[in-house]
Amino acid sequence: MSKKVSKKDLSPEARAIINSQVTRRGLIAGTGAVGAAGLLAACGSGGSDSAGGGEANTIRWGNWPLYLDYDEKTKKYPTLEAFSAESGIKTKYFEDYNDNDEFYGKVQAQLKLNEDIGYDLVTPTDWMAARWLRLGYAQKYDTANIPNKVNILDSLASPSFDPKRESTLTWQGIMAGFGWNTKTNPKGIRTLDELFAPQNKGKIVVLSEMRDTIGIILLSQGVDLQKVTENQFMNAVDFMAGKISDGWIRGVKGNEYAEDLTSGDATAVIGWSGDMFILSSENEGKFDFAIPESGGTISGDNFIIPTPVGAEAKANAEKLINYYYEPAVAAEVAAYVNYVCPVKGAQAEMEKIDPALAKSSYIFPDDAMSKKLNVFRSLTPAEESAWAEAFQQAQGN
Amino acid sequence: MGKIRTPYLLLLPGFGFLFTFFILPIINLAQTSTQTPVGGGDTGQYEQTLRFSNYVDAFVENKEQFGRSFVYALIATLLALAIAYPLAYAIAFKGGKLKNFMLVLVIAPFFTSFLLRTVAWKQILGEEGFVVPTLRNLGIISDSTTLTSSAFAVVMGMTYNFLPFMTLPLYASIDRIDPRTLEASGDLYANGFTTFRRVTLPLSMPGVVAGTLLTFIPAAGDYVNAAILGSPNTKMIGNVIESRYFKIVDYPTAAALSFTLMAVILILVTVYVRKAGTEELV
Repeated sequence: MSKKVSKKDLSPEARAIINSQVTRRGLIAGTGAVGAAGLLAACGSGGSDSAGGGEANTIRWGNWPLYLDYDEKTKKYPTLEAFSAESGIKTKYFEDYNDNDEFYGKVQAQLKLNEDIGYDLVTPTDWMAARWLRLGYAQKYDTANIPNKVNILDSLASPSFDPKRESTLTWQGIMAGFGWNTKTNPKGIRTLDELFAPQNKGKIVVLSEMRDTIGIILLSQGVDLQKVTENQFMNAVDFMAGKISDGWIRGVKGNEYAEDLTSGDATAVIGWSGDMFILSSENEGKFDFAIPESGGTISGDNFIIPTPVGAEAKANAEKLINYYYEPAVAAEVAAYVNYVCPVKGAQAEMEKIDPALAKSSYIFPDDAMSKKLNVFRSLTPAEESAWAEAFQQAQGN
Repeated sequence: MGKIRTPYLLLLPGFGFLFTFFILPIINLAQTSTQTPVGGGDTGQYEQTLRFSNYVDAFVENKEQFGRSFVYALIATLLALAIAYPLAYAIAFKGGKLKNFMLVLVIAPFFTSFLLRTVAWKQILGEEGFVVPTLRNLGIISDSTTLTSSAFAVVMGMTYNFLPFMTLPLYASIDRIDPRTLEASGDLYANGFTTFRRVTLPLSMPGVVAGTLLTFIPAAGDYVNAAILGSPNTKMIGNVIESRYFKIVDYPTAAALSFTLMAVILILVTVYVRKAGTEELV
């Protein structure tokens, strides 16, 4: 990578990540396809309806885009290739989990009927994983196949939706915070007031992931995300709606916010850590990311084996999960995706790959970082509907 | 007997297709539209309670987006007509040997995905495209004005995306006009404008009606342009339906909105076709 622009102004973590030697994929092409595919998801129902589904000895994994180490030259996923070589299990990797709601909308009818959804392994975010578990759409793991399960970080080992991690294991952790263009915001953004500074008027994009955007607003208002009430939530939604109608916020988006940053249409965002670091490295340090002073949110995407998956494919999927819980493999993935690595021992392995990345608290959060990260409490189904409705209406939907 | 049965047999595949992929889903949609959430049930669980006021609620809550959809669709249709008519006219009458080539050019955008073309507009109208700096240098827009995330961008995107649907039917009907009728008009001392108004335009009306319908109907229900090129203040009814279905998992409201949209379009189209007086041509 050729970097001529001064990186002095960036945070040490961002610098470390940008300086890393790992090859990354062209983000513009990636995010363009994300937006497009996200919309397309609305058009197809996907998957065949034959019970058991896929080909023999092949697992079909549906994951979020740009979320697995990828070799630009060979157009292959190195860790996945290594897994196939080692285990003899073939994999089909689909980057078509673009949005929790959209994906759920696409497969829920088949899940209800216990028919194949076209995937043996998917990675929904915590709150959506909770819904899958509540509705009985996730299979319990056979722990004998996943001895590496013990490697999960203590902080992630017992979430409220799956206290013993019987059906879910974290794929990556995601921090949400502020992202900005370092030219228009040379001092960076640490508070909501700095986000809504005059130079960003009409050029702010916030995440369409409700718990991240409203979570960050709530935190800045001093609300504890574990105890948030309906009134507090609606109050924060009104705050966002006001910023939309006053012309401060130009869009509420998923991964596509990256495209707006690169095109210059957005100068400041509420965004995701990994995305922002990849974006920064692709654009010679033009962007930076930080967790707000009042705190950011953290959530995880979870490996789930859907109920319709047959016994053989299930066992193979478990072997794959186990493989990704090997510290060395986890480190290899983290070096590419730059999200929070959920595997114990990966930090030591990262030292061998890239010592600078091993020190990044955005990938391996230290105590100081962990204290700034908050988890949104789980919502009842009634709250889930009413709060989502308010959040959608605030965006003009 | 065989002779009587043949036409029905020929209709069978079409009817079968329509039945499976249109009638059945419509029935399902109608059923969904009057459901209400199961008390104490999980997200997305609904039961039939024949609550017809779902329709009233859905409409009242989203009047603004309904209004916007029809206004945007109308502007996009008129713009497309203004661009496509001269284009189709030129291809039909002045195209000569290049006629087929020019038609291919009209259809060429279809070789690329609809979504990618719309995303491309975002780049064209973006801060780092050439349009915004040019307009700024010319003093047409201020430094703080952006073109993406605006009603302008949404309408432009729609006009562009539906332009071929306007051009092709217009071309088909203009191309059918016998040039001798235009000569005859000239022989009767009509000037160019009168010839257009009294001869060309009336003869091309079937194309105008077909083109405007093919543009207006999908444009009114479109949500891709508003999603990619718009902002929260330019959401159309298609975006609301998408959000109700996928984000809020509120299937009844999404179904009620879809039905209302269909009904409104049907009424508008009926009135339009009556007014245009071209029943025999459509």
